Amino acid sequence: MFKATVLIKRRSTILDPQGKAVEIGAKHLGLNNIANTRIDKYIQFDVDAKDKNAAEKEVAEYCKKLLANPIMEDFEFTLSEWTPSEEEV
Amino acid sequence: MISPKFGIVVFPGSNCDHDAYWVLRKLIGYQTDFLWHKESDLKESNVIVLPGGFSYGDYLRTGSIARFSPIMNEVISFAKKGNTVIGICNGFQILLEAGLLPGVMLKNISLNFVCKDVYLSVENRETKFTKGIKTDSALKVPVAHGEGNYFADNNTLKELVDNNQVVFKYSSKDGEVSENYNPNGSAMNIAGIINKEGNVLGMMPHPERCSDPVLNKTDGSLIFKAIANNIFN
Repeated sequence: MFKATVLIKRRSTILDPQGKAVEIGAKHLGLNNIANTRIDKYIQFDVDAKDKNAAEKEVAEYCKKLLANPIMEDFEFTLSEWTPSEEEV
Repeated sequence: MISPKFGIVVFPGSNCDHDAYWVLRKLIGYQTDFLWHKESDLKESNVIVLPGGFSYGDYLRTGSIARFSPIMNEVISFAKKGNTVIGICNGFQILLEAGLLPGVMLKNISLNFVCKDVYLSVENRETKFTKGIKTDSALKVPVAHGEGNYFADNNTLKELVDNNQVVFKYSSKDGEVSENYNPNGSAMNIAGIINKEGNVLGMMPHPERCSDPVLNKTDGSLIFKAIANNIFN
């Protein structure tokens, strides 16, 4: 079993309306040194694959086809092996 | 009787501000002004209305950015002096983010946006928002929200009950409160609460959308009229 963590970032040239809106809040708070707020996505899930290679392949496909839109977003992920303890099963 | 002046705050993304204005100014005839969120003048309002909508696109968390709009400093000190504030739907969410009311709003338990008429049992008839509402039955008021699932820890919920701060609960037409009539998963069927001092009300249902007789629903106007009647008492 693997734990996957995926980070999906909108390319820096693509407008992030949420980041812009949140930054208005920062200005209203008086935090004037804040710039270029970007709100990206951090996604976690489990992968029940036979080995790390197989897990990587599956996660990459998940990212490319569903989690990220490769036209405007980049993704990176990490996998760590994990054995569920009895309580968690 | 002196009639109060209402001030309706307009945030970028508010969309019930004009409905509230229509009801308060045109229909009932109270003095009413819009207050742009970047202003810091409450224009001598006696009651502040935080209207429904999707302020700042609901980004980050509902109400989280509007809470830092310049006018909110004034609204918060206005409320802390004991003056009357009503937050409707997104306005309720803003009051929660501003810490004027306890708790948070989670996504509706169905994960769906809910837009329909519901019934509200009036749990506390001694507030300045409800005192004098004559009808014994539940009020028929529409909800329209994606995040109206009221949540607070058990201590806070207990405090709300102990202090009689729960003003409206989702109910049947006859005022029966049960999970069957809960449109969003709210703790204890909570639809509206006041602060401990009793001068700040937050409610998810929209009284401004059921005040004009042309819509065949007028229970909402009972709340606005109650405020006007009670505010100087």
